[in-house]
Amino acid sequence: MIRVQEADFDVGAELARLSEGRRDIGGLACFIGLVRDRVGESVTAMTLEHYPGMTEKRLAEIEAEALARWPLEATLIIHRVGRLLPGDRIVLVATASSHRQAALESCQFLIDWLKTKAPFWKLEERPDGEQWVAARDSDDQAAERWRRS
Amino acid sequence: MKLLYFAWLRAKLGKGSEELAPPPSVTTVGGLLDWLETLGPAYKAVLADRRVVRVAVNLEYVGPEHPVAPGDEVALFPPVTGG
Repeated sequence: MIRVQEADFDVGAELARLSEGRRDIGGLACFIGLVRDRVGESVTAMTLEHYPGMTEKRLAEIEAEALARWPLEATLIIHRVGRLLPGDRIVLVATASSHRQAALESCQFLIDWLKTKAPFWKLEERPDGEQWVAARDSDDQAAERWRRS
Repeated sequence: MKLLYFAWLRAKLGKGSEELAPPPSVTTVGGLLDWLETLGPAYKAVLADRRVVRVAVNLEYVGPEHPVAPGDEVALFPPVTGG
């Protein structure tokens, strides 16, 4: 399940909905990404831009890859777009499996991918002006470790 | 052909999308970018460093050799920063 939306999400409600009525789920892993102040840089707001159509398509592709690589009962990716403030939730990734290893590994796989390959762009607002965030090498290295040999 | 621009490309060009009709000599993504540069200084500035421009045709990432045709949706954007 993929959702790209401006509205905030309720983590508890989303996780409850994911496992509602199911008896085959033994482990539910989740990750919540939040807007943080970059130390010493005073980011006052951040706007997330996306490519409607391609963003959802790419998220669906990575979700399908996770479902193919791990025995999962359910997956959920909710990604917010629009103007966000420090402390706001940006993204929720949740994966459910009958056992914990698949849930935890697939959850990390999805967020590592989301940090590097998902078509989003960030505009940071600071007291001295706006700046588009550049892609980071460390995120690419994190995603690289999931590449199959 | 529909062109879409995102992030700082959109900001520098002053528009998020437009319909263009490149000449028949434009048959690849690389050729399209070369032709776009001739449309004005803003285009030239935005395409000056191709290393920070990514291209998608019809919702798929492509390289400079990929063909383009009338009716395609071509998007130009910086390397993504994810969520």
